[in-house]
Amino acid sequence: MTGSRPRRSRRRWRHDRAFRGHARRGSAVTGPRQSVDRLGRLLNLVPYLLARPGILVAEAAADLEVSERQLREDLELLWVCGLPGYGPGDLIDMALDGDRVTISHDAGIDRPLRLTPDEALALVVALRMLAETPGIGTRDAIERALAKIENAAGDVADTPIAVRLPADDERLDRLRSAVEAGHALHLTYYTAARDETTERVVDPMRMLMVGGKAYLEAWCRRAEATRLFRVDRIDALTELDEPSAPPVEAVPHDVSAGVFRPTPDLQLVTLRVGRSSRWITEYYPVEDVRRDGDEWVVTMRVTDLGWAQRLLLGLGRDVTVLGPPELLARIRVQATAALDQYSTPSR
Amino acid sequence: MSRTRTERLVNLVICLLSTRRFLTAAQIAATVPGYEHDPEDPRDHEAFQRKFERDKAELRELGVPLETGTASVFDQEPGYRIAHREYALPDIILEPDEAAAVGIAARLWQHAGLAAAASSGLAKLRAAGVEVDPQATLGVEPVVTVDPAFAPLTNAARDRRAVTFSYRVPEVDDPSTRRLEPWGVVCWQGRWYVVGHDRDRDATRCFRLSRIVGNVRAVGRPGAFTPPESVDLISHVARWSGPAARTGRATVTVKPGRAAGLRRWATETVPGPDGDRLTIPYADADGLADHIVGYGADVRAEGPPEVREAVIQRLKEVVARHDRIASPPVAPAVAS
Repeated sequence: MTGSRPRRSRRRWRHDRAFRGHARRGSAVTGPRQSVDRLGRLLNLVPYLLARPGILVAEAAADLEVSERQLREDLELLWVCGLPGYGPGDLIDMALDGDRVTISHDAGIDRPLRLTPDEALALVVALRMLAETPGIGTRDAIERALAKIENAAGDVADTPIAVRLPADDERLDRLRSAVEAGHALHLTYYTAARDETTERVVDPMRMLMVGGKAYLEAWCRRAEATRLFRVDRIDALTELDEPSAPPVEAVPHDVSAGVFRPTPDLQLVTLRVGRSSRWITEYYPVEDVRRDGDEWVVTMRVTDLGWAQRLLLGLGRDVTVLGPPELLARIRVQATAALDQYSTPSR
Repeated sequence: MSRTRTERLVNLVICLLSTRRFLTAAQIAATVPGYEHDPEDPRDHEAFQRKFERDKAELRELGVPLETGTASVFDQEPGYRIAHREYALPDIILEPDEAAAVGIAARLWQHAGLAAAASSGLAKLRAAGVEVDPQATLGVEPVVTVDPAFAPLTNAARDRRAVTFSYRVPEVDDPSTRRLEPWGVVCWQGRWYVVGHDRDRDATRCFRLSRIVGNVRAVGRPGAFTPPESVDLISHVARWSGPAARTGRATVTVKPGRAAGLRRWATETVPGPDGDRLTIPYADADGLADHIVGYGADVRAEGPPEVREAVIQRLKEVVARHDRIASPPVAPAVAS
């Protein structure tokens, strides 16, 4: 790397050195936190550029996820850094030929700083998640990468973390290869909200693991909308000859807060929940929980009253529906009729 | 003061990286632009010292390994330096497929704090010469989320420091304060747990991170305990080791076209005069009974008796409970 550093421009920059102190008028005022962030960015920028002599400023900016303007400001600041007349430290030197930049002297900042514990943790945990993800194609590469990152991070990566994501590998493998083939799929899919199994043609977009469950995100031609299909509810699957072609309006879901995010237009259901069924408030998104003596009064939003009926009837001994009246009537009618079936010996 | 603080800090790093011997504050002030002051003037000198302390703190916050020591045995004043070996990320050479995996991993975080850490970590790898293809995908991508207690607990487990936190279990009314020696953190079936030695119960316990209320506080010194040799963290959380064998066979009658969810599990379906007769394999009679009751009058359990009786019992309870709601005891209207 050292040999490839162009020396020609060094003189030009030295010539300008006297003006360096005035180079950054108008740069943004920075608070303490921003100053630490910026310092980290600058210390990283020098070895980054050192490893890529003559890189386009625009390309470096895109790679480092900063604006080109910000990167140029950072370069201007680095340019004035160094210790004139002080031993081996010297000044940071660079050549900016129009759109390309080359570091010709690094002033000793030739390597990035070690990973912090949080950085090591974030990368290591995400890699372990990837490695454990069923149906992943390149487990081998992930595990090699993980070993190298752990090695480079040293002690800080020694955090004891274990990840296990059980799922049906075989089904996922089949689905993944179908998605990768880029074909539309014919699915037989069970919709729990309506308790029905339907046939549909979908244009696959991506596959996800959220909360330990695998999903296929696809444009559903039947619903004419983007849908998340739970892989364990895909009962049959056929790869079609036609290509997967999600329309432009097919936008991926934001799943950062979970797959099901209740919206205010959904119906509110109110329940009285005994101690042994309080766990439902951890499994389903609830709007409100109010204590009433030993019992909790829980409000939640549901997409479908039929689904609510199946869930709540099945929860059994400890849950009473308070409203809406329609759901209460439904529960009573269904339970009474169901019980009546057993009073006659046979149908 | 024309030089910014950031510039001064970069210069401080360059200065301390380039020295083998420890430099005193006075030597640093004489070298690094931005520290110029009159050491004879007490106020000026004090201002310099405050500035220098703040700058050292910022370097440490960033993870710069600032060493303290004295240049020789005759020196009283502390000096500073940065050992290049401690500062620099060790050489890391990633094959293209490995770099792609790291790039994807860094994108998975949905938790703001760790998402930032993942991308600054990735930036360091790029600075070490690793080329990351931002377009790469792996077919299946996990969405990585953690609870707020994740970072403090993993730090404490790494440092072997005890922690204390408030823990709320739904079945219990009030949160309780727990004291734990955390051995490690586990993700199992999409949920995070911490496993360790519970100091109050004097036993191994695991806690679900989503049930921790408020802050996790580290107590005592690092290295305060030693986890058992080759502890299998997962085994403490995963009491469920796979689906239980569905050895039972229940028979149910289902109205035509109804109960699609139950039909998915049937191993046999025989159409009959008043509906389809399904054979359902099951592991747990109570679990199956809950499921059947959910379908109300669409499904009738025929047998075996353990399933049929459980269904009838549940239905009786549901009817009794909801009858009370529908017709509350009427208080006689009293004229006052």
